[in-house]
Amino acid sequence: MQPENLTFIFLNAALMNNFVLALFLGLCPFMGVSGKLETAVPMGLATSFVMLISSLSAYAINAILVHYHIEFLRLIAYIAVIASAVQLVEMTLKKFTPGLFRALGIYLPLITTNCAILGLALFQTFKHYDFVQSIVYALGAGAGFTLAIALMAGLREKLDLSEVPGVVRGAALSMMLGGLLSLAFMGFAGLGGSH
Amino acid sequence: MSANPAKGPNAAQERTWDVFAEGLWRDNPVLVMMLGLCPTLAVSNSAINALAMGLATSFVLVASGAIVSLLRSLIPKQVRIATYIVIIATFVTLVDYAIQAISLDLYNALGAFIQLIVVNCIILGRAEAYASRNPVGRAVVNALGMGTGFTLALLLLGSIREILGSGSLFGFNLFGPNFEPWVVMILPPGGFIVLSLMLVVFNLVNKRLGAAVKQGGGHGHAA
Repeated sequence: MQPENLTFIFLNAALMNNFVLALFLGLCPFMGVSGKLETAVPMGLATSFVMLISSLSAYAINAILVHYHIEFLRLIAYIAVIASAVQLVEMTLKKFTPGLFRALGIYLPLITTNCAILGLALFQTFKHYDFVQSIVYALGAGAGFTLAIALMAGLREKLDLSEVPGVVRGAALSMMLGGLLSLAFMGFAGLGGSH
Repeated sequence: MSANPAKGPNAAQERTWDVFAEGLWRDNPVLVMMLGLCPTLAVSNSAINALAMGLATSFVLVASGAIVSLLRSLIPKQVRIATYIVIIATFVTLVDYAIQAISLDLYNALGAFIQLIVVNCIILGRAEAYASRNPVGRAVVNALGMGTGFTLALLLLGSIREILGSGSLFGFNLFGPNFEPWVVMILPPGGFIVLSLMLVVFNLVNKRLGAAVKQGGGHGHAA
């Protein structure tokens, strides 16, 4: 067994089991918003923020659900809370940074259906993390997501300037980049084994 | 796609087929719209997982499509997304418990990804873009088409990855003991790489089809 200390949880969520590149969570924004670095980073940060909020809420909700033995409502309760959290972030961004709000466009409300967020809430429940561990797990996952999407955006900005055959252009190329990044991230597995 | 669409009795049938075929190829959820990628890549490391995931998603897609379509005049516009999500979550919970009852092995293999069907963008996308605007029959047919397209794409991806990565298909050994499996194919990078190559092939085929249609006089395809 791995010692579930906080550093390990953070590194595990951010690098070894990176949400995007190893667990395939949150691919839609990863592919959709990673065109430019200046939108990719805020998207990563917004997602991290929602992750943190929903992780906290999921922890509280789960405690209540377990207390009343109604765990079958978990999925519905989680998704409702996440939707509200996203709404909150959306309103905040719209008020304070309208430019960024427009740049993120449809992908902002779509954070609700970002599997990374729900996945995070579910995983922390399955792993029986306590309160502090949950927060660290959420921070790690957010950091990992931001790192992945920023790396991807940097690569794609460079690729825009290079000559690529027509059939490969677009999604196929991004996907291949994702594969290479994922391959690179597998190198981190040596840090402490898989989950 | 064949025959002429103007003919009277044939027209309705043809349109039903069109509604179905839309999800199968032209608007294939995975290969064209790039939706639902997370489960696509995550559980496609073997053909059987891919098939199970495809069927589970299709079921949720069809069931929630039908309910959303039935309730479309009752749901207030402002809270529609939340309503859709609750409907979808209900069916996903159903599927989750059903799979757990039918096969525990499968349940463990798919893990959290069964519950994550909730956030599969294909389902919410269909509810919002199609089921909420069309009668039940059409909504179900469209959902079936999308589900089939999703399942087929997933199955193809899963089969390729399993054949290359473990030298077997649906658990049957294909190449005998001397085959050295390409382990990377069943690991995460393999998913990205195989899907990327599938997209290239898909684009090539579509380009050829487009060229062929143009040569044949430019009729038929567009619709």
